[in-house]
Amino acid sequence: MDKCCSRCWHTPEYPCKHYIRCRTEGPLCHDSPECRAKRERRINEIKYGRYGLKIKVPIASCTLAAGAKEVYNAVVKEVNSSGLNIDVGITGCIGLCHIDPWLEISGKDLPSVIYANVKPEEVPKIIKEYLSKDLSRAFAIRSRGSTPPSKVPLLEELPSWSNQVRFVSRNCGVVNPESIEEYVAFGGFKGLEKALNTTPKAVIETVKRSGLRGRGGAGFPTWIKWDIAQSQVSDVKYFIVNADEGDPGAFMNRLLAEADPYRVVEGMIIGAYAIGASKGYIFVRAEKPLMAERLSKAVEEARKYGLLGRNILGSGFNFDIEVILSAGAFVCGEETALIAAIEGRTRPRQRPPYPATKGLWGKPTVINNVETVAHVATIFQVSVDEFVRYGTEKSKGTKMFCVTGSVRRTGAYEVPIGITLKKLVYDLAGGPPEGRNVKAVQVGGPSGGCVPSDMLDTPVDYETLQSAGAIMGSGGVVVIDDKSCMVDVAKFFTSFTLAESCGKCFPCRIGMKILYDILNNITEGRGSEEDLEVLTELSDAIVGSSLCALGGTAPNPVKSTLRYFRDEYIAHIRDKRCPAGVCARLVEYWIDPTKCVGCGLCARVCPANAISGERGKPYAIDRSRCIKCSQCFITCPQGAVTKR
Amino acid sequence: MSVVSDVDTVISNILNRYNSRQYLMRILQEVQSVYGYLPREALEKLSSIMKIPLSDIINVATFYHQYKLEPPGHYVFLVCMGTACHLKGNQDNYNVLRDALGIKEGTTTSPDGLVSVEKARCFGCCSLAPVIMVVSRDGSERYLHGYVNIQEARKLAFKYRGLASSKKKSGG
Repeated sequence: MDKCCSRCWHTPEYPCKHYIRCRTEGPLCHDSPECRAKRERRINEIKYGRYGLKIKVPIASCTLAAGAKEVYNAVVKEVNSSGLNIDVGITGCIGLCHIDPWLEISGKDLPSVIYANVKPEEVPKIIKEYLSKDLSRAFAIRSRGSTPPSKVPLLEELPSWSNQVRFVSRNCGVVNPESIEEYVAFGGFKGLEKALNTTPKAVIETVKRSGLRGRGGAGFPTWIKWDIAQSQVSDVKYFIVNADEGDPGAFMNRLLAEADPYRVVEGMIIGAYAIGASKGYIFVRAEKPLMAERLSKAVEEARKYGLLGRNILGSGFNFDIEVILSAGAFVCGEETALIAAIEGRTRPRQRPPYPATKGLWGKPTVINNVETVAHVATIFQVSVDEFVRYGTEKSKGTKMFCVTGSVRRTGAYEVPIGITLKKLVYDLAGGPPEGRNVKAVQVGGPSGGCVPSDMLDTPVDYETLQSAGAIMGSGGVVVIDDKSCMVDVAKFFTSFTLAESCGKCFPCRIGMKILYDILNNITEGRGSEEDLEVLTELSDAIVGSSLCALGGTAPNPVKSTLRYFRDEYIAHIRDKRCPAGVCARLVEYWIDPTKCVGCGLCARVCPANAISGERGKPYAIDRSRCIKCSQCFITCPQGAVTKR
Repeated sequence: MSVVSDVDTVISNILNRYNSRQYLMRILQEVQSVYGYLPREALEKLSSIMKIPLSDIINVATFYHQYKLEPPGHYVFLVCMGTACHLKGNQDNYNVLRDALGIKEGTTTSPDGLVSVEKARCFGCCSLAPVIMVVSRDGSERYLHGYVNIQEARKLAFKYRGLASSKKKSGG
């Protein structure tokens, strides 16, 4: 971020109160048409490139996995070799995973066009066609510019976009996540400037008015935590952001922090100002290196421009952030376990005292989720009124949900709280693929529950989901179709929480093991009907007596599948049959003669000598001898052994 | 003998930068980035220099998922066990990989020490499910394979075992 002229005196040592606003509306301290023109030119350059034409390629963990780096290299190569005056930049993930890797070409007065599932070799053609105004290959048009309407839809006409409200994710897939200048040009740190011009009490009052609740799981009102910590008298207070996202199937925190890391930093500074914290930690999983790298870079840049450190923007408020790499444990989602991890220890502890009074090293500490602090920054940048326009009476605003599993359009969607599951699954994510039917929707990860397909009109908010047996959690929504077995799903989540149980309290440590063993017996055909009573009773006992929320919610998948899919449990127990054909011990193995090449491998590995045949001809399984070990299924190089 | 003195320099280099209980997680991460796992000698050394009981260090080292106490293979298969990947059959893929590489019950590395197979938590690219990531021991190579079925899993097992074996021969 360069200065408009030598008259700007802002440095981290001698900060200017209006430094941020001056970046977009300036110059404020003097009047100069040249400075103003320079500022406007720079903002245009950021938006449309130095030559009025810009190609953006998303560089994020998810798009990289789909081949975005190769696409980026192809774009750079094409631009260099063709000598075209085009700026090439990076951006974050837009949340529409099904179009990865994508790229966007935009220009001043030209349409802004998104191309989906781009292959590196297509890049030259795409650029050529765009320049000749042929947009037929495009996925969607973000803004039409002066081009006439075409067959290609506008982004906002697509159901996967029109049903979203991009509040906290407004910058995702728009700005360069590594550039503080771009963030500021798009309104960044304005919220901080506003907050610092009021009192900490007023900041908390604003958050209270917004009704913002924690986006990490339990939905505790953010302002109450802050208010308690603010009222504590202490020499030091801490503000921690939990970026140790561990729910399988939820990746909105990673997406946000990778695509818009400065928003997280800004929200954090506002929160720290509100409670009077002097030191902050971002706790981010080491296994998500790009997220850690982007957050570290954002902290460093913010420090460089005086947005962190001493006397931030001349307010007299001192605050600094350290990024800590988490070695990873699901239980760190529990506040006291996260604090233990930062202290170099393990395991949660009894609450109260709550961290807001006695947290990190015994000092008042606030822990917020990535999405929560990003919301704080956005509320201060935009307005409380805009935020409360969305959501329900008790749960205001928007929330990001990751919809995965059996859907056509996997993605991270930001929607108003209170939208129905049906809308999320069918309108946004496109429903199940051809020929499949939705059986249930699992909401809230391993601590959540399964909602059956006939209850998809359930609105997604904290209270309603809880009464349906699920939880909002961090917002993972997994769509389960008729090819999945609900007992197996319950077993899967139980095995996850069992492995993640820290072992400190016995209801969780031993109880989850027993739950798992019973489920395992049922899936292997050794279950009895009394087992179902034990499952219910034990689940309630674990919920009621566990030390922390991990154990307190771990039996939810079992409880909810028992409640809505009891018939599947009964089929496993009484008929020794897995209706979905998933559980290895309860299905029949069968060799597809059209695929079998007669190599005889299956017969060789079969421990029961149940497979016979002649080399070169299709083999067959003698079901009376088959012990259902599934070894042939695993071994067959042709995929000819099938379960049914 | 040489290994022990090597541990001495590695540990003192790390402790010069971070030397307090607060940074134990970080210190162990640094040790692992040098060796690819946490050698017993290194943990003992840390314990005696930092005056932290060895049991406490092992507590931390076994509690968090990132740490390994055994040396991994030249390539490590990380089989995603996120919900979407599970539903789309990654457990079968995991079994196939272990079977193809002859990995014994209770271990994660093939008997020849070339390739490891581990379960991993969600990578967050659920649209490609089921997903298997392969990383080299030093972390410099990272390959992501999406939409893997059991036939492909078997092919991947042989492919990376071949690569690992040529790496081993060239002394890498």
